Amino acid sequence: MLNCKDATRRMSEAEDRELGLGERLELGMHLALCKGCRNYQQHLQVLRDACRGYRDELTNPEKE
Amino acid sequence: MSYHGGIDARATEAAIAPPASIDNAFVEQVRRDMLAFAQLQLRDAALAEDAVQDALTAALTSGKDFAGRSALKTWVFGILRHKIVDLIRQQSRTTPVSAFGGDEDSLDQAFDALFKENAHWQPAHRPAAWGDPESSLRDKHFWAVFDACLTHLPKNTARVFMMREFLELDTGEVCSAAGISTSNCHVILHRARSALRGCLEKSWFLAGERPC
Repeated sequence: MLNCKDATRRMSEAEDRELGLGERLELGMHLALCKGCRNYQQHLQVLRDACRGYRDELTNPEKE
Repeated sequence: MSYHGGIDARATEAAIAPPASIDNAFVEQVRRDMLAFAQLQLRDAALAEDAVQDALTAALTSGKDFAGRSALKTWVFGILRHKIVDLIRQQSRTTPVSAFGGDEDSLDQAFDALFKENAHWQPAHRPAAWGDPESSLRDKHFWAVFDACLTHLPKNTARVFMMREFLELDTGEVCSAAGISTSNCHVILHRARSALRGCLEKSWFLAGERPC
């Protein structure tokens, strides 16, 4: 069973490499039971959206 | 480039007669965006300036016929991305990126402090849902906070994270440009994300009243 600290690490790695089936299942089970880690996952999603938004804002060719 | 560069550039500019919409004010605006972009990633003002200058010079002397402003901007940012990765690759050959250092230690300690002995969340630090992130992303004050959080990352951590998230390189390319192992790459990316998450939480999502 994953602990929360390992779960945060695995959520980050999931953005950078394909997790194995076992790794995905372990993470899925942990998230199903742990509200704090589900919120952490939401935060990572917001962070990703923010990075994309900021990059697009700087590089947007239509910006005047 | 020699000191005659300015004169040469002007001569070339006249020869290729760029569209009237690509005026000095527009080039200056693009230059500012490029500098902000390069500085965030390189964390070195002189290097960022060089990268931007090289990319702009390449565009203005390419003889390419840009069909307007957006084509030029897209093109120079493409060049700039390559310059940034090249510079990071060159530097990491002489000064290898270390996954560990004083600044990184303090980020790791702050992260560890969120957990109990058994590596589950401390009740006081258990993440709570962030309310209405979509409206935050439309708020210009949010972007100032986000910029400050990015700027606050230690240099090596920032470079690795930005190559991944802003230059959208795949993890293998990021590790190779930084000259580090895949597992160190994962350590650094996780550290960057948790530091940025903590910074956004403290400075924005839990910060209460903000200027409107």
